[in-house]
Amino acid sequence: MLRATTIAGLTFAATTAGAETLTIYAYDSFVPDYGPGPAVAEVFEEQCGCEVEYVAAGDGAALLSRVRLEGARSGADIVLGLDSNLVAQARETGLFAPHGVDAEFDLPVTWDDDTFLPFDWGYFAFVGNEGTEAPSSLQELADSDLQIAIQDPRSSTPGLGLVLWVEQAYGEEAGALWSDLADNVLTVTPGWSEAYGLFLDGEVDAVLSYTTSPAYHSIAEEDDSKVAWAFDEGHYVQIEVAAVLESSDQPELAREFMAFIASDGFQSVIPTTNWMYPVIEPEGGLPDGFEALAQPESALLYPPEEAQAVREAAIDTWRGALAQ
Amino acid sequence: MSLTRPGLWAAGLLLLLTLGTVGAVAWRAEWSGAFGPADWAAIRFTLLQALASAALSVLLAVPVARALSRRRFLGRSVLVTLLGAPFILPVVVAVMGLLAVFGRRGLVSDGLALIGLPPLDIYGYEGVVLAHVFFNLPLATRMLLQGWLSIPSERFRLAASLGAPVGRLLEWPMIRSVAPGAFLVIFLICLSSFAVALILGGGPRATTVELAIYQAVRFDFDLERAALLALVQFAICAAVAAVAFAVTVPDGLGSGLDRTVKRWDGSRWADAFWIALAALFLLLPLGVIVAGGIAGLPDLPGSLFAASVRSVCVALASTVIALVLSLALALRKGPVSSLAGVLPLAASPLVVGTGLLIVIYPLASPASAALAITALVNALMAVPFAVRIVTPAVRQAEASYGRLADAMGLTGWARLRIVLLPRLRRPLGFAGGIAAALSMGDLGVIALFAGPGEETLPLAMYRLMGAFRTDAAAGAGLVLFALSLTLFWAFDRGGRVDADA
Repeated sequence: MLRATTIAGLTFAATTAGAETLTIYAYDSFVPDYGPGPAVAEVFEEQCGCEVEYVAAGDGAALLSRVRLEGARSGADIVLGLDSNLVAQARETGLFAPHGVDAEFDLPVTWDDDTFLPFDWGYFAFVGNEGTEAPSSLQELADSDLQIAIQDPRSSTPGLGLVLWVEQAYGEEAGALWSDLADNVLTVTPGWSEAYGLFLDGEVDAVLSYTTSPAYHSIAEEDDSKVAWAFDEGHYVQIEVAAVLESSDQPELAREFMAFIASDGFQSVIPTTNWMYPVIEPEGGLPDGFEALAQPESALLYPPEEAQAVREAAIDTWRGALAQ
Repeated sequence: MSLTRPGLWAAGLLLLLTLGTVGAVAWRAEWSGAFGPADWAAIRFTLLQALASAALSVLLAVPVARALSRRRFLGRSVLVTLLGAPFILPVVVAVMGLLAVFGRRGLVSDGLALIGLPPLDIYGYEGVVLAHVFFNLPLATRMLLQGWLSIPSERFRLAASLGAPVGRLLEWPMIRSVAPGAFLVIFLICLSSFAVALILGGGPRATTVELAIYQAVRFDFDLERAALLALVQFAICAAVAAVAFAVTVPDGLGSGLDRTVKRWDGSRWADAFWIALAALFLLLPLGVIVAGGIAGLPDLPGSLFAASVRSVCVALASTVIALVLSLALALRKGPVSSLAGVLPLAASPLVVGTGLLIVIYPLASPASAALAITALVNALMAVPFAVRIVTPAVRQAEASYGRLADAMGLTGWARLRIVLLPRLRRPLGFAGGIAAALSMGDLGVIALFAGPGEETLPLAMYRLMGAFRTDAAAGAGLVLFALSLTLFWAFDRGGRVDADA
């Protein structure tokens, strides 16, 4: 006990000792070497002369839950990786402070929120292998024998995005679609990484990800065999946001980082590390390979307050259909 | 100071940690609604999978234990010893081994593909039950094997000379007395399953109550539902435990007696089949873990060393706490300490951890206390096992030397040091080994609250699995497996040194 306490104390002391440390809670796939985290940190550390420390705290909703549990005692200065569907819920906690950044965003919708700053965006899509017969709609997928992995909407922002996608596209019929889809769902994972890993391991035919995911395989691995399926219903949009915590002990540094998010230093790293669209087009334009990506004909998205209003009922529908 | 006084303190502490923490969670909750259909589905799934896991484990254990009891072959004692391995095998590691054998891309599916059959699907109900049988078949086998070995060989000889039916006269009564206890213990262990359900289940179709608690806290921040589910878990476990302790529960953790009766009956081939099947089922995943792990060692990230040190420290701290609490409880007779000793079996480690965080919130930031809380919760979870190992030894030492010690006026600390502790080294070492291995492999509370630089080894491994770095995860699994075994061995061995009484 004593030893564990001492060690906990030591690590705690180590993280606060330098004083100029910016602690960012981010989702699991942002933090590791293959994610955008290290590259972003390197550029910013040079600019601020400080240290950036990431805490991988699970996907979107888990991030929010974590700062709610920690409340004003949270060690985080910034939370990075909520999305527009969680913004209203996050705002209600009163834990977040205005970011003070003024920027024009290239988004499929207008975004002017003084607290939650978008850092990238994308269209949700199922990603499968070339050669697998691609369904052309959610309904066709549900009627097929294809096995898919999806994420839990209670923990993961893609999972929540899919539930809202189905809700917006099918309305009253959403429950019926989920019942049809239930036998296609091999498993529901807590986060994006686990589901994508199952797909890469060949455990499933397709995985819920983004239209931009095939770019990773074609650019980073020169592998053109992964394709995003285009669906007739249109594709739900994800706008990922970051926010400063009111309780931050580094408010200056945190706001500096928020301004950095809207700068080229951050935005130019995003496409080929997070494999999403930047919210402000980088100076050099989008990387080669992005132009070949599927462009959905129509974009679906609930504004934050509406997403909050339908979220709970939509998740209950999902849970009810899949618990059968 | 009386030696029974600490028992009261320990019992009080355990009561606070188990029921008190539920109270703390309930106190922070915003009470609004009640259970939805998915919560009932979780309760139903929990009961069904525990029922199936316990029934399958015991049913399969019968032919395996009978075969082991009446056959002698090379490697038999090694196999009996290995039957104890899954109990101290970290759950995340075992599940990885099972996936490598039974997953859609596992060995069995590859074999099926050769003869044109579709791959296996072990996500969900089937996978959870499969993993539970993997963990508990050895436990059931050892319990039944001891039952068989406790039948005096003279009776078998008598039956042989009279031509009497051995199965009906000797074996069936033994099975009837041992099997219900084994069934109930396994049922109880499977009820509060978390890591297995987290990795193999997780979807609404395969959520246990403990996993639903995790989701309620981690995803929805719904403390009300977490507290309610924890109470449901208490109620189910209390009901089962009441039955279990009414039906005598044999001690399944003791080492197997390595003695066979010379038998004339039964088919040699059938016995060989059952032994081979059980050995293959248990050893194949272990083999895959070792083979895959060695291949993955070069891919290990550097941060893994720190995580290993952290895990070992947590395990050691947790062992010390578990041993002190268990010894205190063992020294005190009576219903209060025996109740306190089994209470943690019914508690939800996640609720205990969350409750502790809520209680210490005014004093320290949750992230800085995550490791200390993990050590405490792990200790708590090891107490029921440790108490069951240490208590009989205390009773025996008191029976043998109690009157002499009384006559010499030895009481309190001196009595403990001079009379009891030297006689408790073996059970304390064994209990310590179990506590250390359980803590080392635990993926529970830390999955909720790990702060910066607080990743334990099982969490690091789970994250590597999640980040599809399969090779590195396999390497981490091997390190974790090796450290768990080493800790167990060191404690168990330490208890035996110079103790050849």
